[in-house]
Order: sequence, then structure tokens, then C-alpha cells
Amino acid sequence: MREIRYIEAIKEAIEEEMDRDRRVFLIGEDVGRPGGAFGASRGLYDKFGPSRIVDTPISEAGFMGMAAGAAACGLRPIVEIMFMDFMTVCMDGIVNQIAKMRYMFGSQYAMPIVIRTPCGGGLNAGPQHSQCLEAWFAHVPGLKVVMPSSPYDVKGVLKSAIRDDNPVIVVENKALHALKGEIPEEEYLFPIGRADVKKAGADVTVVVASRMVHEALRAAGILADEGIDIEVIDLISISPWDKEMVFDSITKTHHLVIAHEAVTRFGFGAEIAATVAGELMDELDAPIERVGAPFVPVPFGLEQAYLPGVDHIVKAVKSTLARQF
Amino acid sequence: MPRLSKKKLIDCYRQMVRIRKVEEKLMEVFANGEIPGFLHVCIGQEAAPVAVCSHLTDRDHMANTHRGHGHAIAKGIALDSFMAELFGRSNGPCRGRSGSMHLADAAKGILGANGIVGGGIPIALGAAFASRYLDEESVTVCFFGEGATDEGAFHESMNIAAVMNLPIIFVCENNKWAEFTPQSVHMKIGNVSERAQSYGIEGVTVPNDFLTIYESAGKAVAKARAKGGPTLIEVDCDRWYGHFVGDAQKYRSPEDVERARRADCIARFENDLKKQKKITAAELKEIGRQVQEEVDAAVEFARQSPMPDHEALMDDLWA
Repeated sequence: MREIRYIEAIKEAIEEEMDRDRRVFLIGEDVGRPGGAFGASRGLYDKFGPSRIVDTPISEAGFMGMAAGAAACGLRPIVEIMFMDFMTVCMDGIVNQIAKMRYMFGSQYAMPIVIRTPCGGGLNAGPQHSQCLEAWFAHVPGLKVVMPSSPYDVKGVLKSAIRDDNPVIVVENKALHALKGEIPEEEYLFPIGRADVKKAGADVTVVVASRMVHEALRAAGILADEGIDIEVIDLISISPWDKEMVFDSITKTHHLVIAHEAVTRFGFGAEIAATVAGELMDELDAPIERVGAPFVPVPFGLEQAYLPGVDHIVKAVKSTLARQF
Repeated sequence: MPRLSKKKLIDCYRQMVRIRKVEEKLMEVFANGEIPGFLHVCIGQEAAPVAVCSHLTDRDHMANTHRGHGHAIAKGIALDSFMAELFGRSNGPCRGRSGSMHLADAAKGILGANGIVGGGIPIALGAAFASRYLDEESVTVCFFGEGATDEGAFHESMNIAAVMNLPIIFVCENNKWAEFTPQSVHMKIGNVSERAQSYGIEGVTVPNDFLTIYESAGKAVAKARAKGGPTLIEVDCDRWYGHFVGDAQKYRSPEDVERARRADCIARFENDLKKQKKITAAELKEIGRQVQEEVDAAVEFARQSPMPDHEALMDDLWA
């Protein structure tokens, strides 16, 4: 095992897959010599050159559509969108074209495209550089969405995404980029669609993803001091999500809290809560609790008041335990 | 004037007549309810698709628009296959999922018509990028209307094509009407081709004349194949009918429609051929008869083709 940062794990995944498959290329703003705004492609330009590490004008709609055409013609693009907020300016390419081209053309064209994009607050980057919009994309048939929380997970799941013949959106929380973690020396993959129990527990199932995994693990420590044993399930994949693992956990704990950094309303927590309420109600001993951000844009100056974190999770866990049916 | 063999001239003429007759037939079967949804015909604009696509092979790529029947036929889609898809039948190339507005045929290099105005332009860039990446000689043609040149996607794509020197030919069919809005209302300039200059791309405007478009497209395709980069060709053409089939064009004067019909690109080509003694009146008539027979047979084929099974609803979403 060796310890690397999350952002380095991303670079390793891209590099290994580009070594393995000549059809894989990286395209985006500043991905070339600068190595990407967050350093995800540092050194790759020197190794692979401008034909495979492709710098673009600031034209997200243009190069997102390009990815669709390139994929239709046999290539496997990795598109970097510098901030998830900028996904909004290339929604046509993602939603109307990439997500639908296999289906509406009757499988004549494959869409093996990875869209990597950093989300989340914590940098005081303000309303237009901090959003978590994963639910938008999870709502579109034809797109897969993953939000890995650790260097190990992001490397494994990004490699799987690059090998997937479907479009996959890989959402990285910016607050995680510097996070260190252990990864094995040898090559590995982590499958899309599988969750991971980050901490086993008996009392309450806490379903989280991305940065909130770490908040939940901190909450687990605080709650343990009070004799409450939570199980932290890192979804990793938002769509498809690992229903089996979540259901198994609820069958054991009979309590559910779902936490994400995105605004609570219509977030992925709503989908999971509705699914559990519809299919596993008998196993629940108390109402489901959801944790997320308030329904306002992410403010520049009031970020700490805005961001959901460990305290919100602790409160939600106690609340569900106090509200037995 | 480009030098074209008699056979090539007649093949191109036949292709233009084929597009016209297909669309006239489509209007008929649409009116009697055999085809649901939206239908956009390109009657009056048949010259550009044929003149441009006759320089291409199946290995070359083409992205087009909602008004895309002409492009697909010119790029070589089989009429039976085309018609089955428009009728929503399971043996269409898209298994009945695309219909008219999103028709694609991978075997013919047809990347897809597009329900989003300007949506196909960045996709075409990607195909051109792939040709170069894979070191292939293929080029990509992208058709769109003048309305699409007001979209950001057009401007981003022109700029990217220029800086990356991609093997692509942008073909703007300027029929003067962006849906229900005339060009003067949505654009300050008279010629769309002027927009090319600001991106460092060569832009030309040509009349709705087969031979002129053919010559211009030939140069642009040769330039793209020789790694000389993109070209924008604007074809000054006319739409005879409304934005969609059923649009009565109340926003347009009857005189303008009459003017458009008088400027018929097929009649013009016919006269050229007759003047050059490449074809006789009897031969022209025979081509019309043969094509009509072909079109009627394609419609009959589509009518007899199976509807998609409801159980196929969830197929093709994932690899």
C-alpha cells in the first residue's frame, strides 16, 4: 500500500487508462501544460502530448458536443468541466445528446464518455463555483453518476467509468482533492453501482456520499461516546445506487438517515427515502431523516452557516432515534 | 464550371428529384395520419444536400438538422430503411426511436439529425476530431440553417474548428426563415458567411444552384482532406413550405412564397442539363417515373413493416 492524495489518484486513473487504451483522451480547459485547474492532469501533457491531452477554448458547449461526436466515431473521451456549476452551460450536450444518442439511435452509436467535474463548497468560491448538482444528472435516463469519497474509491471507480461504454459523470468534491489515503500498488477497479460500508454499526443506517462520508465518520465518533452505533454507507454511485446494500443495512438497524451536501429539496436523499418508504417501510422503526443544505444559493460569506456537516448528521441520528413509531 | 460526367450529373439530378418526391409523399402520408409527430420538409432546398454529399463516401461523417430528410437521402440512406424509421417501425435504423427529427444511420456516416437547433454542430466537430485522431482521411460535413448561427454552439464550434484546424465543412442553408422569423429580425448582417472571417475561417456564399454549390463544396472537401482546415459555405436558398408540415406561413407574404417557388433549384438544374444537351425531356420524364415508383415502394415497405414491440421500450438505454 502507499499513500496518495485524491487528486493524484484521479491522475493515476487517467494515466493508467490512457496507457492501456489509445482511444482514451482528455479534453477540457487548461488540462494541457497547466495540468488542469486542480492539477488532475499534471504531467500528462508532457507524456501524451497535445493530441491526447487536448486544451480547448472556454467553450464548454462546444467541447462537450465534441465528446459526443468523438465517442460516436470510436474514441473514449474524458471531459473535464472545471467546476460543476459550468455543467449548466453545456447541458444540451450532456442531456439532449450524450444521454440519448445510444437509445434514440437504437444502439448504433456507443457513448463511452466520462465527464469529471469538481463540486461543493468550502472554498468560499461563492454561488457559481460551489454547487452540488448531482441530482440533476441522476434524473436523466442514460447517465450514470458517481461521487467517490476517498483516493482508493476515486481511482477505482474512475477507471471503471473510463472502461464503461455508457456516459458516466464523476463528481469530485473540491474539499476532497487534497485528502490522503491508501491505495494498493497493483491495479484495481471499483465497480459502478456498488456502495461501501465505511463503518459498520447496529443502531442507525447513515447513507452518504462524497465529502459527507467524512462528516458521517466524525459523527460516528461523537455518537459512539453517547452509546449510539451508526453504520456509514458510502454510496459512491448515485445512479445506479446500491439498493441491496442500503436495504440490508436498514433491515439490521431499522433507522435511516440520508445526508448530502446538495440542497435537501429534490436531492438524491429524496429518491432513496421514497424508495425505502415504498418498499421497506415494515423494517423502519422511525421516520427517515434527511440532511442537506438549505434551499438557497451557496453564499460567499455565510458558507459555514450554509454547509451541512457533522452536527447536522448527529442531530438527525438523534432525531430519528427519538421518533420511534 | 466543374467537370462532371453525364452519369454523375444524372445521378445527382435523380437524387434531387428523389428528395423532392419523398417529401411530397411524406406530406401526403402525414396528412392522412400515417406518421405522427413533427415533420419538417426541405422542398426548395434539395440542391445543397446533393451537391455537398456527392463529394463524400460512407466513411465521411455528416451531422444535420430537424429539416434533415434531404441530407440523409443525399448521404446514402436506403429509402426503405429511411421510410421505415419515419413510420416508427422496428426495422428502421434507429428501431423506430428517432423518427424524422433524430434520424441516424451509422453505416452511412449519418451522425444524426437533431431536435435542438445548433445541437449537431459541436457533435460534427467531434467526428472531425476523431478522423484526425485516428489518422483517417475522412471529413465531416455539418448542415444547419441560418437560425442556428445565432446559437452559442455555432460560434464555439467555428472557433474550435479553426484553432484545431479540423477537417470539417460547415454548410449553412440560409432559407431566410428561422422558424417563423425572417433573417432581418434576428441578424444584422446579410450573409452568414461573413461570420466565418472573425474565426479565421474561409466563408463563401453561393446561390441555390447545384453546379455552383458542387464546385464550392468540392474545394472545401478537398481542402479538409488535405488538412487545410474548415470552410463555411452559405447556400442562399428558399423554403417553400412552413417551418413544419401544417404551418400555413401566415407570417410570410404569398408573393415571397411565389418567388421561392419560381427559384426552384430542380427546375434550374433541369434547364442546365437540357441546355448542355446532357439529357432529353423524355429521359427526365422517365427519371421522374422511376423515382416515384421507388418512393411509393418505400412507403409500402414501411407500411408493411412491424411496429416496435412494447417490450423493447427499455432496450438500448445502456450498453
